[in-house]
Amino acid sequence: MSAAPEALASTLVDRLLDPVAALGRAVLGLLRSVGAIALFAAEAISHLLRPPFYGRLFLKAFIEIAWFSLPVVALTAVFTGMVLALQSYTGFARFNAEGAVANVVVLSITRELGPVLAGLMVAGRIGAAFAAEIGTMRVTDQIDALSTLSTNPMKYLVAPRLLAGTLALPLLVIVADTLGVMGGWLIGTQQLGFGSGAYLKATFDFLQVADVVSGLIKAAVFGFVITLMGCWSGYQSGGGAQGVGRATTSAVVASSILILALDYVLTAVLFSR
Amino acid sequence: MSDAQPAVTSDVPKIRLRGLRKAFGAKQVLDGVDLDIRAGHSMVILGGSGSGKSVTLKCILGLIPPDAGLIEIDGRNVATLSRRERELVNDRIGMLFQNGALFDSLPVWENVCFKLLAQNRISRRAARDKAAEVLAQVGLAASVGDLSPAELSGGMQKRVGLARAIAAEPDIIFFDEPTTGLDPIMGAVIDGLIVDCVKRLGATAVSITHDMASARRIGDDAAMIHKGQIIWRGGAQSLGDTGNAMVDQFARGEREGPIQMELRR
Ligand SMILES: Nc1ncnc2c1ncn2[C@@H]1O[C@H](COP(=O)(O)OP(=O)(O)O)[C@@H](O)[C@H]1O
Ligand SMILES: [Mg+2]
Repeated sequence: MSAAPEALASTLVDRLLDPVAALGRAVLGLLRSVGAIALFAAEAISHLLRPPFYGRLFLKAFIEIAWFSLPVVALTAVFTGMVLALQSYTGFARFNAEGAVANVVVLSITRELGPVLAGLMVAGRIGAAFAAEIGTMRVTDQIDALSTLSTNPMKYLVAPRLLAGTLALPLLVIVADTLGVMGGWLIGTQQLGFGSGAYLKATFDFLQVADVVSGLIKAAVFGFVITLMGCWSGYQSGGGAQGVGRATTSAVVASSILILALDYVLTAVLFSR
Repeated sequence: MSDAQPAVTSDVPKIRLRGLRKAFGAKQVLDGVDLDIRAGHSMVILGGSGSGKSVTLKCILGLIPPDAGLIEIDGRNVATLSRRERELVNDRIGMLFQNGALFDSLPVWENVCFKLLAQNRISRRAARDKAAEVLAQVGLAASVGDLSPAELSGGMQKRVGLARAIAAEPDIIFFDEPTTGLDPIMGAVIDGLIVDCVKRLGATAVSITHDMASARRIGDDAAMIHKGQIIWRGGAQSLGDTGNAMVDQFARGEREGPIQMELRR
């Protein structure tokens, strides 16, 4: 009888602390994952420095990322450039600064929207595809089979994809930058009444090499992160078809969030001067 | 061949397991596996589904790190090997996976010659001819080489898996349930191919099966794993009449006996 209130109090305290414990577990889990992913990345990179090199697989991954993402990235870039021109025109017209449209379009595209939008598009396509492919290989023992066939799976599956992602994204972003500016130019000349030459002059007069380069650095980082999360999620997946589905989803979600978070970090670092 | 304890032989066993333990979470899958596999002989491992047969093979291959215990291959403790030495040991082991594990992104011929290509022992051009040769050994036409694994029937996938396992002429071969899921005739054909291949290579073979006919066809020695331990070893020919109640129940497929199926966890 006398123990009851104490027991009640202790369960009550337990209940109240439940969210704290859950949060603690989540944070620990996150830290563990970050550590595991960092080790995974380090091992993959170390394989890029030691032979054998799988040039054929690199090329295949590169084409899959760069060439087959081209349509989505191109369309996204053109429409974004067009919208940017329309919106900034409306905004700047309110204080008679319509002349800044070309400038705003090119800076937004090269520094920010080109890399981020290309990154998000590729995350959806490639992050999901890599996670599904490698995850299926995991649950059907194909990754174990590689090890029994004198082939290191990290070197064979992960390293070429990471390198391809890191190199392909900047290339895609160069295309996205060009097409984004063209989209803006199209709206500027066809709808907003700018002269073609004047619009292009305004575009390039204020554009600095650093604007483009910073966007390409972001792109390389995003490409690395997308392929890393795709490969890692697939590599860790288990539990049959459902596990592969989960791996695919988590690859896309994680790389999308990381792209946006890293975009902030990189912007802060690259433009801190 | 039918003496009760083939584990006691004069020479060093090809593979020696002592006290092998592995748990996944709370589940103790291997609970002290002791087993000797004689060089040049064919060992079959019997056991119910989920009794840890595949995990045992994966531990020997180094694909799953055991929690405790000793694994010796050719008298050398594999835990003490450097990464490179471990790779060299694995280079001499072939494995037929339970569900084939063929690489579905590659055509059959590249699957078959994967190891030879990985070790640069053969050019890509020569690999096609070599694949045709190995495919012929498992009774498949050379034209199968150009198909993708997804286009093959179950029996053909097993044959290609077998071809891949033997192409590099290993001296240890693992077969994980080579006949499961095949019709009895195809099962017998695969067994025949396994016996032929093992004889020709003079290899040490370890096969997992729960098909008694198959076990008698391919095995010299047999061992039964139950609840994570080896509960019986003997000659494969004596299966069904071993005097061990559990093994005999398993061999005859009887519901009543010392082995109680855990239908609920
Ligand atoms: N990688 C793994 N992670 C967690 N559990 C596993 C893993 N591999 C095997 N198991 C579990 O170990 C047990 C034995 O598996 P296995 O050796 O594949 O059985 P079998 O004897 O049928 O080949 C099963 O219950 C399985 O769920
Ligand atoms: Mg199994």
